[in-house]
Amino acid sequence: MTWILFLEQCLNGLQFGLMLFLLVAGLTLIFGIMDLINLAHGSLYMIGAYLVATFTQATGSFLLAVPLGLAATAVIGMVVEATVLRGLYKRDHLSQVLATFALILIANESTRAIWGLQALTLNVPEALSGSVELLPGLHYSAFRLAIIIVGLLVAAGLYFLVVRTRIGMLVRAGASNRQMATAMGTNIKWLFTAVFGAGAALCALAGAMLSPLLVVQVGMGESILILAFVTVVIGGIGSMRGAFIGALLVGIVDTFGRAFIPPLLRTILPPALADAAGPSLAAISIYLLMVIVLFWKPQGLFPAGS
Amino acid sequence: MAWLIRHGWLIAACLFALAFPMLATAVGQDFYISVASRVLIWGLLATSLNLLVGTGGMVSMGHAAFFGFGAYVVGIVALDAPQWSAAPVVLPLAIVATGILAFVIGAICLRTRGVYFIMITLAFAQMLFYIFVSLKGYGGDDGLPLAKRSPLGTLKMADDTVFYYVVLALLALCLVFLARLRDSRFGRVLRGIKDNEVRMESLGYATLRFKLTAFVIAGAMAGLAGALMANQNGFVSPNMLHWDLSGTALVMVILGGLGSLWGGLAGAVVFMVLEEVLTSFTSHWQIILGLILLGVVFFAPKGIAGLFARKAR
Amino acid sequence: MKKKLLCLALAGAMSMAAQAADKVKVGFVSTLSGPGGILGVAIRDGFQLGIEHTGGKLGGLPVELLIEDDQQKPDVAKQLADKLIKRDKVDFMTGIVFQNILQAAQASVLGSETYYISPNTGPSELAGAGCNPYFFAVSWVSDSYSEATGKNMTDKGYKNVFVIAPNYPGGKDVVNGFKRYYKGNYAGEVYTKLGQLDYAVEISQMRAAKPDAVFFFLPGGMGVNFLKQWHQAGMNKEFPLFGTGWSFDQDTLAAVGEPTLGALNASHWNLDLDNAANKKFVADFEKKFGRLPNEFAAQGYDAAMLIDAAVRDVKGKIEDKAALRKALEAANFKSVRGAFKFNKNHFPIQNYYLRQVVKDDKGRFVNKTAGTIFTDHQDAYVSACNM
Repeated sequence: MTWILFLEQCLNGLQFGLMLFLLVAGLTLIFGIMDLINLAHGSLYMIGAYLVATFTQATGSFLLAVPLGLAATAVIGMVVEATVLRGLYKRDHLSQVLATFALILIANESTRAIWGLQALTLNVPEALSGSVELLPGLHYSAFRLAIIIVGLLVAAGLYFLVVRTRIGMLVRAGASNRQMATAMGTNIKWLFTAVFGAGAALCALAGAMLSPLLVVQVGMGESILILAFVTVVIGGIGSMRGAFIGALLVGIVDTFGRAFIPPLLRTILPPALADAAGPSLAAISIYLLMVIVLFWKPQGLFPAGS
Repeated sequence: MAWLIRHGWLIAACLFALAFPMLATAVGQDFYISVASRVLIWGLLATSLNLLVGTGGMVSMGHAAFFGFGAYVVGIVALDAPQWSAAPVVLPLAIVATGILAFVIGAICLRTRGVYFIMITLAFAQMLFYIFVSLKGYGGDDGLPLAKRSPLGTLKMADDTVFYYVVLALLALCLVFLARLRDSRFGRVLRGIKDNEVRMESLGYATLRFKLTAFVIAGAMAGLAGALMANQNGFVSPNMLHWDLSGTALVMVILGGLGSLWGGLAGAVVFMVLEEVLTSFTSHWQIILGLILLGVVFFAPKGIAGLFARKAR
Repeated sequence: MKKKLLCLALAGAMSMAAQAADKVKVGFVSTLSGPGGILGVAIRDGFQLGIEHTGGKLGGLPVELLIEDDQQKPDVAKQLADKLIKRDKVDFMTGIVFQNILQAAQASVLGSETYYISPNTGPSELAGAGCNPYFFAVSWVSDSYSEATGKNMTDKGYKNVFVIAPNYPGGKDVVNGFKRYYKGNYAGEVYTKLGQLDYAVEISQMRAAKPDAVFFFLPGGMGVNFLKQWHQAGMNKEFPLFGTGWSFDQDTLAAVGEPTLGALNASHWNLDLDNAANKKFVADFEKKFGRLPNEFAAQGYDAAMLIDAAVRDVKGKIEDKAALRKALEAANFKSVRGAFKFNKNHFPIQNYYLRQVVKDDKGRFVNKTAGTIFTDHQDAYVSACNM
């Protein structure tokens, strides 16, 4: 293994981690403030990706389509919040699971009815399609670098939001004392709607940033849902810092697991056994990570409100 | 009066379940006997999950791990140790093996609670899923076919009617067991823990031990359901370990009625009938199912069992 | 529930009373929803076009086509197969897309001695020792495409190939088919998680391993993700990419577009195969559905044509199972792939072609046939079949 490859895999890990962070930022925001388990988070991500892809085809510009898609997804999110989810905040987690599971079914079938079964295509904007030479001999995809940058910007923006603003105060208050947060003003209802809209827009941003790399099709939401929840739980539910660290940790562990476990096993085990065990071990590495973290810290790495 | 109405329903349902194969055969629809067995097995799975979620307050999203593991016990025994594949051997084996698995997983998972518990149970189910998907010896992703159903004495298990009654009998046994468990001290403590764990702890109960026991019972019962499903389908596959299945079982429990003895079974019956009826109407049936589930959350939070209880009042 | 079931039962009884008229009942169980649904829909469209081309009949008898969606769940497929066989008493079954789904439904279908015409999946078990008189595949054995790709890469003189496939037995079987005909060395072999989203790690490994070429087998959405990321990383400019025809079917090309351009793949069928049946099929498919057909649709079409030919050959006496088997084995129909004949294991002996993705004069991404890899190819399992 060369240093270049090692560095490249580290970048891949960072990139995957930040990609996960984009996916879970909205989830964490919504969970942290409203105490809502939103299984339909993946559906918002799917809707965002579909809308951005459709707007890109219509306008011919990815850069124009992203704000349009974000705004449209935010509106959809707010409508769903005002009509359905608002009634769930005071309910137990189980009701939330059932209701948002129902929303997944509705979202998937509606998407299928509107866009059909055919996957949509969204290619990388021309400006970001090449690769950049970071170090002599280390070429890295420009678009993946863009994901890293957007991920870091979102992280910085959310950090500012959480630490410096009224919404941030609510996040922190909400996570530690829900009743106090609810008592904090009469317009809280609409603030919640706005926060949900922002969370939906973050989902759409994740959809927009990932759809040039991943297939845009019905069911894409569920394929990231488990990954997103694993990340959130490792970091500590409702904690933005936890989501960030958790995402990076999952990204690095998964990447290193895939990159290094199979070759490592081949040096210490007989080849047949190593070939059988290596990929399986790599496939479950993040679940193992989660079990280990929760065994050691049952509330995740950064329990909210602590 | 209330008592009579309530038990009137129960008696009617029991009679209907007993007479179902005869009714189905009489109208020439004996195909539905095997569908009914499948519904009952789902009912058993949902009932076992209901003990965990409804009675014990432990929301698990990894119940499929036990269901699938129980099924794989039957599949693996049929392949590697066919001399043990008789039902009186393999079913208890599935129950015990799954119980042990549930003990190990439960001992780790029960350190957490709430959403963390949901996710850690899910993680274990996912790990089992990926392991069985890659196990070539047992079919991997393709699954493992069974040559025949586990023999039970001189009964013709291949006959769907016979198998239906075996499933029904086992389900009835489990329900009787659970009914007695609920009324026992154990059941009361478990409900106490669900309502307020701290209080139960300060009263001197070793709450973890109670929760773990419930987890093992629920897991073992799900293992039995899985073993029966393997027999019903003549087939075991990693799909039986998939989180989708855990989610469906959870939906059945909530639909039927959390914590109610009959909730799991009622939820399974309604869910499966809904699926059968809706799929024949439109290919976009999942939209309708979604709307119905939303309706349940908002207008019937106690599920079907809750509706019946209200009527009886 | 009691009432509902009784209603269902009565409806069922009535439909059975009306069944006296002579007709062919075909049960079509396929994956029509979810991410894999696009394959089942292609097969269904091809099958229905086939019935349309034979005048709405199969072998001169009116058709009752019962279409069911298995949702890509094995247990659902098993139950649907039971329903079609026990309740509806179908004469033929067809439609299943995926191998694990077929595995679940297989015992019900073949055990009831109902003829199953596979319009897609062809497990090697059923081609070898487990071959079955009631099972016919108008498609291929699951490793045929990769055998052809391996042969082509050997012929082209590649000596150092990187292989990537998902980590499950089906994936390894496909790679084994590849290894049977590829004679060079391996720059690397990677098995990824089923359903993996991001392939940056593996792409970095490939680039570092500096292979002559890359062979990938990643079905469904995994393959699309891989292709997009491969293209995104600029790998298409550095390494030739080879795949199976499944990763480059027409629906995928239409959806993914640019990243597929130039990729080489093997299949038993293509849009541009020069025979009258294929020209009619492609033209009418496009007219009816507004898109170009893919191999899945072609297989569905051929399945309908095979049933049509067999029913015609036995003059509608489909109750005579032995005669029907002879007629199916004879396969008196014009396949859209050109020459068609069954081997003794009921799998086709057929050509496999090399295809390359190009842009046609209308700006669409299509496969262009670039040569014949195998002529009248037999699978590797037929010798184990005693039938």
